[in-house]
Order: sequence, then structure tokens, then C-alpha cells
Amino acid sequence: MKTGIVFAGVGGQGVLTASSIIGVAALKAGVNVTMSEVHGMAQRGGIVVTEMNIGDVHSTLVGDGEADIIVGFEPVEAYRVLHKAHPGSSVVVNTEPIVPITASLGKAKYPDVNEVLSAMEGLNVYTLEATEIARKLGNVITMNIVMLGALTALPEFPLDREHVIAAIKDKFPPRHHEINIKAFELGEQAIKK
Amino acid sequence: MPKYENILADEPGRKEFLLGNEAVVRGALEAGVDFASTYPGTPSSEIGNVLFYISKKAGLYFEFSTNEKVAMETSAAASASGLRALVFFKHVGLNVAADAFMSTAYVGTNGGLVVLTADDPSMHSSQNEQDNRLYSMLANIPMVEPSSPQEMKDFMKEAFELSEKLKLPVLFRTTTRVNHARGIVEYGELGKKRGKGYFEKDPNRYVPVPENARRMHRELLEKMEKAKELANSSPLNRIELHGGKIGIITSGVSYNYVADVVKSLGINANILKLGFTHPFPDALVKEFISSVDKVIVVEELEPYLEENTRVLAQLHNINVPIYGKLDGYFPRAYEYNVDVVKTALGKILDLKISDNSYRAKEIELPSRPPVLCPGCPHRATYYAAMMALRQLKIKDAIITTDIGCYTLGIQKPYEMADYLLCMGSSIGAAVGFSKATDQKVIGFVGDSTFFHAAIPGLIDAYHNNADLVYVILDNRTTAMTGHQPHPGLPMNGMGEKAPYVDIEKLVRGIGIDWVRTVDPYNVQETINAFKDALRHEGISVIIAKRECALLWDARRRKQNEWWVYEINQDKCTQCGLCSDWLACAAIFKKVDEDGKERVYINDALCDGCGVCATICPFNAIEKKVIR
Repeated sequence: MKTGIVFAGVGGQGVLTASSIIGVAALKAGVNVTMSEVHGMAQRGGIVVTEMNIGDVHSTLVGDGEADIIVGFEPVEAYRVLHKAHPGSSVVVNTEPIVPITASLGKAKYPDVNEVLSAMEGLNVYTLEATEIARKLGNVITMNIVMLGALTALPEFPLDREHVIAAIKDKFPPRHHEINIKAFELGEQAIKK
Repeated sequence: MPKYENILADEPGRKEFLLGNEAVVRGALEAGVDFASTYPGTPSSEIGNVLFYISKKAGLYFEFSTNEKVAMETSAAASASGLRALVFFKHVGLNVAADAFMSTAYVGTNGGLVVLTADDPSMHSSQNEQDNRLYSMLANIPMVEPSSPQEMKDFMKEAFELSEKLKLPVLFRTTTRVNHARGIVEYGELGKKRGKGYFEKDPNRYVPVPENARRMHRELLEKMEKAKELANSSPLNRIELHGGKIGIITSGVSYNYVADVVKSLGINANILKLGFTHPFPDALVKEFISSVDKVIVVEELEPYLEENTRVLAQLHNINVPIYGKLDGYFPRAYEYNVDVVKTALGKILDLKISDNSYRAKEIELPSRPPVLCPGCPHRATYYAAMMALRQLKIKDAIITTDIGCYTLGIQKPYEMADYLLCMGSSIGAAVGFSKATDQKVIGFVGDSTFFHAAIPGLIDAYHNNADLVYVILDNRTTAMTGHQPHPGLPMNGMGEKAPYVDIEKLVRGIGIDWVRTVDPYNVQETINAFKDALRHEGISVIIAKRECALLWDARRRKQNEWWVYEINQDKCTQCGLCSDWLACAAIFKKVDEDGKERVYINDALCDGCGVCATICPFNAIEKKVIR
């Protein structure tokens, strides 16, 4: 039994932090986990993808068609990794775009978000306004934890929410626990609706 | 818990979810490492970051050396003094250190010496993807190749033992997908340290003048014979028997893909997983290939294992088909993954590989290349250089660049990168272009790269009367690799207060008179500096000094102070100076409901540097305090 998860977003959105929290949650749950991340060149504004296998796997990368869940922190970046999914995979998408500089400079336009979402037919697509939820909560930087809440609420997510919450508490100093747990719960609720 | 404190836990059996580069530090601590040195480079950088935080507490000496050659030399001397030393860098760092590396094989070691190279197949953050396993052959140095974070830890201890047994350095060869893999790592016991070493003088042993060197080469070859015996019986090399008559030989990260693919496709194959790969474990491999009907060699980049296997088969007249990259089944470029291995095994074994991957309806997407961060002072410097060149109507200036975040100046609209070879090449190449052509030449280098490899080039420029503008982008850190200190900062690799080198004084000390330090956020002053420098005949140096925006951002976040800029649409004329010419990553255009396109600033990306506001001709960009 294994679950492949791909996290995709833009540098500065907290993709690495969020995915490593899930890794620690797996450790707490006593389940094997491998993960791959890419560091280097320009920390903000570029594409960030982390790949994770939960279960009896050696590889730290997720093969094409082997991602059961895609966590898209940004709509276009979610779309870009869809080849990792298989028919029936779940995709959680934060619907707020980050328009890359190339679109501003007049090359390819940023597509309409609804067009991006409708291109995902045959997948279980869950959408939420994670950035707006975090903004209203008081700190837009907690968007990644909102996304973790949404991920944890998916029926095929293989770990218990308690392990994820414990891993979030491990990650942040106590003074930031309250806002992050709140962000997590709002993410869960946004999916359950 | 203070950062990376978990690496120090004296708790054998404890399990942690660690990055390969964190696990390797734990392994060094379990080996009782006394001394460590590096120059940061992806994918090795986090090793240094961990040591920066913990080395004092762990009781070992650690330095960010000026470059990899210096790092190699400091660790070699520590080893000669009887200490266990770890030196590490990215693959191309070993090119810089190669001169010293080659000689340590001759001179040998005393305390264990491990040289970690972090190769970067697929060039996620490198200028090439050279396979440093070939260095172990070139230098006659034993080599190990871990596959996972757990092995990063376990092999480190073995590598130190091996080095002390053989009195040779050991090359610890890693790749991005092992360095930047995370996995569960089980701890062993922490090792004992030696404290200070003592160097027993023995010039015949440590000084390779030709008379000694001739003897040393013979001794080295004898040591490698002994190393081969160790490789043949090493616990780092193991056979996984699954029955059947197919044999797969693999090492490093490729093992992971082989193990997963063999399982998922239900292939009946025995796997020879090699961890100690140089000297090539000939007896072990000979026995393995004699026991099967088909041999498949799976390794990224160069056919190191494959060529050795083929030579062995020829030497011993073993007539078994061997499949690899020399016959075209496996690629020689870029990193592998399960899909690459699946496809090749499918071809070799005539298996039908089903493709279950999802195909989305195609839509046209904008690309998202890596960009300079919002607030990056380099963007302001490049904007100023671009404006100065336009105002002086210089169209064909040659821009030499260097290794750092600022290489991203290659992108539109700046196009501030015409030529790059390696660390420090900005200045040597600038001298060459200034002599070989009549074009204007501007070289760009970062502060850490300047110390690393550009100073000899700058002396060359001065001494040979080159006509060029050299720009030192001093953002007060080694930014791209994760903000390590360098000799221009008052802090060393152990977080202690340290004397620092003043870049302007150093440049003037060479004898260069035209030197100007500017703040790139002061755009007009910076444009003027470029114009003056371009008009100056001979060498001129501009030091663009402003702290990396990420450090500034982190400090303000900690102090709970935050502001951003926003566009007052009543004043904005949509002229495009900020969006198309400054081209900050936080500025974007959007078509509003009335069908008109307008420029906006993304509040989640803006870091409040205000450079866009200073260049706006209509004062349409305004500060908004968040907290």
C-alpha cells in the first residue's frame, strides 16, 4: 500500500514547509515516507515541486501516473504536474493565481482559472480560496497550512489529522500554534463543505 | 528547540525525518568528526548550514572556507594532524579543489579524511552535470555511494573507518536526489572526538618533491590493491536474491528506482547493490555476473559501473549479455526516475509497460522561470545598468556574469548575461573580451564569488591595463545557497565574531583608483555611477551594496513590521516602467471587468522595497502599512 503525493506551487508559498510537515506526521504515525525537494536558484517566484511517497517505497520521486493526490498551491502549477496523476486522483487547488512575470511581459497570457479547472475532468477536484482564507485570518503566510487542512480532509489521505496537527506544532514555536491550527481547521472545513 | 538540535540528540535508536544532507552530518558526528570545511554549493549547502548551527555545541571546528581548494587544504592538514576531517562541496567544487585533492592521494592521511561531492544530474542548480565518480579513478581514491538518507548517515561512519584503514581520503559521492531526499533515519551512538591533534613532522611522507612523489605513486597503487580487497568484502556491497536469471547491478540513487520498478512489475531479478564502488569490487561482480543469464547495469550519467563490468567480463571470458548505456538502452544525460528505469527494463526484457498517467486537456500556459525575488537589490542594479547603457546609446556591450542568484539577470528585460564559465570567470573573461574586441565590457560578480575566485582575475585586469567596468554585487551574504557568511562579514562558520575584509579597501589595495560604492535602491545614483564608469577609460569598479532582501524581510517579520506598496489607479497612467522595465516579480497586469488592462502589485509577494515607487514618474505607487 502506498500513496503518492505531489505538492506544487511557487517559491515563497511555503511548499517545502508544508510537505515536510506531512513527512513528520508519517513518522509520528509509524509509516515509511520518502520525499524529494529541490533547492537552489532564486527562492521566490519560481516553480517549487515536492514529491512524496507514503508507504513501502524506496524512490523519493513520484512516477508519472503514480500521484494519488496533487496539492496545488497555485492553479497553473497544479495543472503543470497533472501528468503525475492518474484518472481518479484527487486534486486540491488554491484558486488564487500568482501571475508570473512572463505573462506580464506579454508572452503567453495567464489563463482563466475556470478554464484551468475545467481541464481537470476525470479527477476529483477540490477547490478553496486558501490565500483569501489566510489573508482574512490575519497572515497570508499561513496559506500553506490552510492547504494542509484541506489535504488532510481528503478521503484517501492516509494519515490521521492528530498526527498532522502534532507535526504542525513541532514545526512552529508555541506562539504561532493558535493561528496555524486555526488555518488548518479552516482548510479542513473548506473541503468538507 | 533550537535549529537542528535534533541532529545532536544522544539517543541511539531515535528516528527522525531528515534531509539527506542533515543525515550525513549525523553520520559524521557518529564517526566522531573533529573538523569540517566547505564552500557552499547546491546540492551540498545544507550540510554547512547544519554545521553552522551545531558545530560549537558539538565541539568540532567548522569553517566556510574562501573556496573549495582552501577547504580541501584545511581539512587535509587537520587529517595529517590526526583528526577526523570532513570536506564537502558540490560537484564543480571538486574541480576547484582538484589540485589539492589529487595530491592528498599521494601524501595520504592520518586521521580519517572524507571528501563529499554532491553531483547534480539534470543540473537543477548547476552549469554542468559531470559525474565525479571519474575523479576517484583519476586520483586513485576509494569511493562510496549512498542511496538514501539512512545510508548517508551509515556510510559516513564506514567512510571514516575506511580512510583510516587505508591512510587515504575517501570520496563520498552523492547526488541531488540523495542530498535533497527526506526519509526516516534511525540514529546510532555519537562518536568520541579527539579534541586537538598533533602533527608529527615527517617531510618524506608529507612533501611530494619529485623524489618522494615517485615513491608515493607506487605506494598509492599498493594501497588501492588493499582497498580492492576491502571493496570485495565490504558490507556496503550486497546482493538481493529474488531468484531467476536476471542480474541488475546498480549504485546510488538508481538503486531506489530499480528496487521499486522490479517490485511493481514483478520482475524476477537479483540485484547487486554497490555502495563501495571504487576500487571496483571485481571478485564480487565476477561471481554475480557468472550466476545469471543477463546483466543489466543501471546508473545515472557516465557508464562507470558498466565499463568496469564489461572489462571484467572480457578479462575473465564470461560470456553473458550486458545491457546498459553503451548499447543505448539507458540514457547518459539527466537524472533517472522510475519511469526511465521502467522504460529501459521494458525494452531489454520485452515487457509491456502500461501508462496510467492522466492527460489533461491542453491549455496554453505562461512559463514560470526562476526570477530575482521581489525586493532583490540585483534587480535595481540591473535596471540601472540597463538605463545607463540606453542613455549612452551603447548597444553591443559585452556582459560577463558569474555564479549566483544574479545570473538570472540573463532574463528579459535586463539581458545582463552574455558569457559565463564558472565561479570567478566574470573577470578573467572580461579582461579577455576587453583585449580581444573594441566593445564595452561590463562584468558582474557577487560578493561571495568575488572572494572565492575573482581576486586573481581583478589583479590580472589591473596589471594588464584592461578597459572594463567591474560590478561587485555586495548583498552581504552568500545568498543563492541559503545565506552563509563569507569573508566580507563579521561572522565565521561557527557563528562567532570574526574579522572581515572590506571589499572597497581590498580593491583600492590592488591599486585601482576608480571605485564607487552605491546603494542600488538609490536608482538615480546607481545609473549615474554606471554612466561615469562607462565613460572612464581603464578599469572602474562599482560596488553595489545592499543586503539580500530575504534577510531584510526575515528581520522585519520577526519584529512584526510589514508594509507593501500598491498602485493608486487614479494616478497610474499604465506607462509600464515598473511592470515592463523594472519587471519586479510582484508586479503583474490584469484585465479588469471593464475590459481594460491595469498594472497591480501582488500583496503576497511584495516585500516593500519601494524601488518601483522611486522610479514611478507619476508618483502612483504608494506605501501601505500592514502592521
